[in-house]
Amino acid sequence: MSPRRRRSNIGTERFEPAPLDGPLLEVKDLKTAFKTPRGLARAVDGVTFSLERGRTIGIVGESGSGKSVLSRSIMGLLPRNNIVRSGQALLEGHDLVTASDEQLRALWGSQMAMVFQDPMTSLNPVMKIGNQITEVLRQHLDITKDYSRELALALLQSVGIPEAERRLNEYPHQMSGGMRQRVVIAIAIACGPKLLFADEPTTALDVTVQAQILDLLQEQQRERFMAMILVTHDLGVVASRADDIAVMYAGRVVETAPTRTLFRAMSHPYTEALMRSIPKLSAPSHTRLTAIGGRPPDIIDPPPGCKFSARCPYVQDKCRTEEPPLLDSAEPHHAFRCWFPVGTPENRAALEANQRAGLASAMAMMGAN
Amino acid sequence: MRTAFFKLIRLVVVVFIVTFLSFSMLKLQEATTGSTIIEKIAPFGSPAAKQQLADSLHLDDPFFVQYGRWLGNAVQGDFGLKYTGTGDNATTGTPVSTIVGKKLPVSIELMIYAQILALLFALPLGIYTAYRNGSRFDKITNIVMFAMLAMPAFLAGLALQLWAAKNPNAGFPTQYTGVDDFPLTPFTGENFKQMLLPTVSLAIAQIAVYMRLLRSDMIATLQEDFITTAKSKGIPARRVLMRHAFRPSSLTLLTVAGLNVGALIGGAIIVEQIFNLPGIGDELVRSILGSQVIETQAIIAIIAIIYVLVNFLVDILYTVLDPRIRHARAIA
Amino acid sequence: MPVQSPDGGQDVATALARDEAASPAFPNPTALAMAAVEADPGRSTKKGIGVGGWLSVAWLVLLVLVGVIGWVTDQKFPGLPDPRNDVGDFKLGMFSSGHLFGTDGSGQDVLSLTVNGTYASMFIGVFSVLAGFAVGGLFGILAGYFKGRVGAVLGSTTDILLAFPPLVLAISIVTFLGNSLLWVTVALAIVSVPVLSRIARAATLSWAEREFVTAARAQGAKHGRVMVKELVPNVLPAMLSIALLGIAVVIVAEAGLAIVGAGVNPNTTITWGSIINTGRDDIDSAPHIVLIPSIVIFITVMALNYLGDALRAKFDVRESAL
Repeated sequence: MSPRRRRSNIGTERFEPAPLDGPLLEVKDLKTAFKTPRGLARAVDGVTFSLERGRTIGIVGESGSGKSVLSRSIMGLLPRNNIVRSGQALLEGHDLVTASDEQLRALWGSQMAMVFQDPMTSLNPVMKIGNQITEVLRQHLDITKDYSRELALALLQSVGIPEAERRLNEYPHQMSGGMRQRVVIAIAIACGPKLLFADEPTTALDVTVQAQILDLLQEQQRERFMAMILVTHDLGVVASRADDIAVMYAGRVVETAPTRTLFRAMSHPYTEALMRSIPKLSAPSHTRLTAIGGRPPDIIDPPPGCKFSARCPYVQDKCRTEEPPLLDSAEPHHAFRCWFPVGTPENRAALEANQRAGLASAMAMMGAN
Repeated sequence: MRTAFFKLIRLVVVVFIVTFLSFSMLKLQEATTGSTIIEKIAPFGSPAAKQQLADSLHLDDPFFVQYGRWLGNAVQGDFGLKYTGTGDNATTGTPVSTIVGKKLPVSIELMIYAQILALLFALPLGIYTAYRNGSRFDKITNIVMFAMLAMPAFLAGLALQLWAAKNPNAGFPTQYTGVDDFPLTPFTGENFKQMLLPTVSLAIAQIAVYMRLLRSDMIATLQEDFITTAKSKGIPARRVLMRHAFRPSSLTLLTVAGLNVGALIGGAIIVEQIFNLPGIGDELVRSILGSQVIETQAIIAIIAIIYVLVNFLVDILYTVLDPRIRHARAIA
Repeated sequence: MPVQSPDGGQDVATALARDEAASPAFPNPTALAMAAVEADPGRSTKKGIGVGGWLSVAWLVLLVLVGVIGWVTDQKFPGLPDPRNDVGDFKLGMFSSGHLFGTDGSGQDVLSLTVNGTYASMFIGVFSVLAGFAVGGLFGILAGYFKGRVGAVLGSTTDILLAFPPLVLAISIVTFLGNSLLWVTVALAIVSVPVLSRIARAATLSWAEREFVTAARAQGAKHGRVMVKELVPNVLPAMLSIALLGIAVVIVAEAGLAIVGAGVNPNTTITWGSIINTGRDDIDSAPHIVLIPSIVIFITVMALNYLGDALRAKFDVRESAL
């Protein structure tokens, strides 16, 4: 036996490796609902997308859109009580939704991993950094303690932590936020997972550090050929770092497209509103921030029709009664869920009609075109 | 290190104040109860002996001089006498330090046993019910623990004593009746027989206290983000519980258990009384009943000093255990 | 976690009790016991206090009534044999004729003893906690509000008091100062002052930081007014549940004191503890003497714990909604 290996006590519940063709991850009509006293809260209400190896998909939405629930639901991290899931999430052909706890545990860390939002709380405060990394290494890899420490050191160095040797013996509170997040990333990529979830990885960090962390994620992803699901509320974050983007609203995907296409030819009013709300350097100082008026709909007892209708400047009666399905557009790989998509003459007519009628959201658009 | 130094200073100050207060109470009671100290400790002494006693105790000296003298003696281990003579021999007695030397170990042993027993039950129960929060086992355990909380040591002690009386075949004495030194050596049959019932009486409420503390801390910890992180690393549930969740959750429990070490030495008084164990608490009661006020005050001071010392040690231990505090203090 | 200061927005009472119990400098088994009873998360947010809660209230109301009657009639409850003078045969068992719960070693009727003893035990329980509250609460609110010098001085004073193992402190006070009903109450009150002041201080500290206090001061309210109008109404509910738990602890403590001979003078006043103490010698031949008052204490403690717990849960719900 090689001196770097040890007796393995790793569970034998594993999936057989799947063929290399076909997407890495296929999510088919995934639904996740929480049982509450008032009823079933549909946090994720039918999401479908697929992800190829090595590619990044950005999932964008505001708080309450269900994006965090989505990533946790795919990975299977949600508790079992009071949660109802349906649909499929196929990782290399194996359904994560129906997988047993043991099967999932074999996958977590080794095939898929997550980088969480708040590095302050997602690291164990009373455990040394080094141990937190070697723990995941020894869980999935058949290696000795010493070798795992070597690997941990190399990992820390690869995520750009200076004086890595010293850091191995330090505790999380001795590091800055940015550094902690690097550690979290190191832990996530330690065993070389094929799929990485990044759930708002920079929201809790200083602006100056955000770009560094995103760059790091991108670099690691390229080097290790990982697929990445980048969840964020900030369109700016995914603009340069995702291959495809899915915009979520009220638990559904309302628009999905490759990044360039989305920015060039966005069709859903919500996407447009998100785009508008990004403050622009080129605007004169003291320009008012454009917020999206209104609030997300109730996910327990949602109103009929399109979920965005209450806040949409282009809303028409049809929108309020019939929910638009996800329709493909002329552009490749571009789909959206709207009766009066942005950029069409019907859309402009709808806006003018609403402005004449004095609809608040439409009025806010006056002069902005 | 600086803070440890300050804590030490504080410790010394508190010890001073504690001994001062206990000494003052001794003198105070003359004022409130009217009878003099001499009357209390040697009621059957001859007038000559009483006078001799009064002289030797320097009871007419100013208050602070007396206190200073007491303190000086105490530092050397001289806590005065327990007066046992009568008539002209009323000035004789046994040194309190000797008595304490024999009785304190009994109380300490009882306290250690009770803590071990309590933790033995509380740890696994606390962890498991936190993990399976809301399950039937959890609910039933909670009800049982709630009842156990309401079972103070004396109730449990009396109940067990009753059981022992009604079941002599079980071999447990209802009280300690030995004359010679108490069988202190653990793991001997005699020690076990004498100590089991008192230990259980003390431990019952403690189990509930510890278990509920641990459970509530564990439940809170299990909701923290880093537990989800650990889970997402593929770590099995048992390891997550023991390696990740338990350590941060155990701090409160450890502190409380540590403090109980000090508290139980004094608090085992009642159990010792019930089972007639020759511990320091029992001795305290005897001295009260026998009006041996000098001994009483000495024992009170000793128990208080131990209590203060233990708390101080727990405080230091706490700093060592939680790395955040260690570093926060180092930076501060 | 003891490292963080109690977040006023959640579970104040638990945080207080735990902060109290976990604070390294000289805490108190009373507080530890309270902390344990407090430490029950996952309470459902049912409206009201539940069946158990109402049963507890009923029991406690009964005790108060019996106590008041006992007080008024100087421990000669009407309809029952005079516990001290009307003696029957010695050590009659339970359910003997004329003596529902039997008699003790001196022929005194156990039922009568227990009923008449209610007054003294409840008196000690309620008033020592009340006094401890008043003094301790005052100290604590002052210490928490003013922090700085005043807070440090007050804090140190209570720390000193806390340096004594509480039972020992109570025993010494009773031994050296007197064992009348009043003195025992005072002794137990003194013992509970430091705990209650610590809790009041922790509560005040977590509330005093809140904005509405600053707002009141910004409007020119004087310290006193701020304390009374803003802090007290918010600190009080948390303290109430602790008060109930405190009463339970004191009742047990009183019995404990009686057992070690430092209880209320049994010749003048009957308490549950005194009954238990006199019955101890006959525990094997006549266990009911000890059992009856013990069961009464047990039920009372359960009721107080349950109510204290339920109130805490109720008030915490309101707190977290804030």
